[in-house]
Amino acid sequence: MEKRTQFPVGWLPYALVAPQLAITIVFFIWPAGQALWQSLLVQDAFGINTEFVWFENFTVLFADEIYLESFKVTALFSVLVASFALTIALVLAACCDHVLRGAKAYQTLLIWPYAVAPAIAAVLWTFMFNPTIGILAYGLKNIGYDWNHLLNGGQAMTLVVISSLFKQVPYNFLFFLAGLQSIPKSLIEAAAIDGAGPVKRFLTIAFPLLSPTSFFLLVVNLVYAFFDTFGVIDAATEGGPSRSTTTLVYKVFHDGFKGLDLGGSAAQSVILMAIVIGLTVVQFRYIERKVQY
Amino acid sequence: MIENRPWLTFLCHALLIASIVVVAFPLYIAFVASTHTAERMFEIPIPLLPGGELLHNYVTVLTQGVAGASTAPVGRMLFNSLVMALTIAFGKITISILSAFAIVYFRFPLKNFFFWMIFITLMLPVEVRILPTYKVVADLGLLDTYAGLTVPLIASATATFLFRQFFLTIPDELMEAARIDGAGALRFFWDVALPLSKTNIAALFVILFIYGWNQYLWPLLVTTQEDMYTTVIGIKRMIPGGDASVDWNLVMATAMLALAPPALVVLLMQRWFVKGLVDTEK
Repeated sequence: MEKRTQFPVGWLPYALVAPQLAITIVFFIWPAGQALWQSLLVQDAFGINTEFVWFENFTVLFADEIYLESFKVTALFSVLVASFALTIALVLAACCDHVLRGAKAYQTLLIWPYAVAPAIAAVLWTFMFNPTIGILAYGLKNIGYDWNHLLNGGQAMTLVVISSLFKQVPYNFLFFLAGLQSIPKSLIEAAAIDGAGPVKRFLTIAFPLLSPTSFFLLVVNLVYAFFDTFGVIDAATEGGPSRSTTTLVYKVFHDGFKGLDLGGSAAQSVILMAIVIGLTVVQFRYIERKVQY
Repeated sequence: MIENRPWLTFLCHALLIASIVVVAFPLYIAFVASTHTAERMFEIPIPLLPGGELLHNYVTVLTQGVAGASTAPVGRMLFNSLVMALTIAFGKITISILSAFAIVYFRFPLKNFFFWMIFITLMLPVEVRILPTYKVVADLGLLDTYAGLTVPLIASATATFLFRQFFLTIPDELMEAARIDGAGALRFFWDVALPLSKTNIAALFVILFIYGWNQYLWPLLVTTQEDMYTTVIGIKRMIPGGDASVDWNLVMATAMLALAPPALVVLLMQRWFVKGLVDTEK
């Protein structure tokens, strides 16, 4: 779509796009190109000799048990975050849509956690689950359950998932609520007259009508779990204990800045890039078309 | 509501209230912890009612920071966060509205190429190009500067798309009228397009302020000096491994200060926040 008429072209349009383009090239495209190039190189420990090795970094990576493990951790983590965030948000949105009184107040009191940085959310929850002084760990101990996420990998995973949900549930909630409120009331009324109860109405009318929203949110949630939860993991567990919460993004950071493995880190970046590109393509290609009814 | 089902309504209220309590609980615990002495934190169980050290704790962290942890005073870190959030929000809005204006109102060679280049940034979050971007910023001498903290983050495909979509809905007649009256492109931008974009700018500003304030990975990479830390990463440095030496009361006071500004922005500008969130994801 274009405007019928346009302003005469001179130097102006170039000047207007220049700042955006300059930043894009210097800080996005050039570094991404560097990552692609470095992923094909091997550097010795002193950074003196660099050798071009084609795809050796990638074959090394995929033969690495630790790397494959972080793939599994990432998959488990993102599936847990996405499925809980979507389910809880949908139930809460359906409730908020159902009640007449106080819906606005409920909305306000439920969305504020969106403003809390994932790392801060992690600090708050880590404090509550702190094995020595945390109030929740204390409560769990009293009912006979030993909580120590510094030693137990499963508990550490639970902690980072809960911390990550803190921000994502309000987000999903707002989208589901907007989706539910845009469903024409006449549809619901017609179903009610035909004798469908609230649960049946939700499952056969609201739920299918929400499927484009849900699919879109699924992709957004996966991207969130993949990339935006770095702060949660760094603040809560630092990837431990024994790598049980080391996701792909955490590993890139760790290998690049602590391990100083340039080629390996670049190869990991390239794989992450492929994942984002895949998710973005799915989002833009299928979102409008496939999930229709 | 179509029919009256008291039990279902009751259940919904109960669920909503329960979840509000669940999200408010960590905040309450953090607040209570921030009003006690450091020693009280190690008597188990920790307190559930506020103590009397509120003023003392907050003044301490704001002016001195946390003893033992190598961080600047939190007042300084809050200032850094504010500079970062505001610069990112204004910067993103400015460069995006300009490039969207150029793309909609001019037909010039390479236009589509530029558009795609901006689009590609969507697919390259900081997390996938950590090391090379760090190197670029280091080579430009921008480590530990406000420019290094903000400039690499202000390119924005979503904001550009948002303004492009919006400009496409402005009736062509407005532009034709302006041209007949002899207004040039910049005049039209300043007197027509910009005022009409006000609501979009406000909505976007709320979202971007939160985005900038809550950045974690990027400030972690580019700041090494304590007085350049933002609040969100400063708090992490206050909790070293092994929790014996942590002043939890002060850490929680810092956490409250770190989450208050964006939370207030959401609560006070809720209408813009909801609009901004829904718009930027279209």
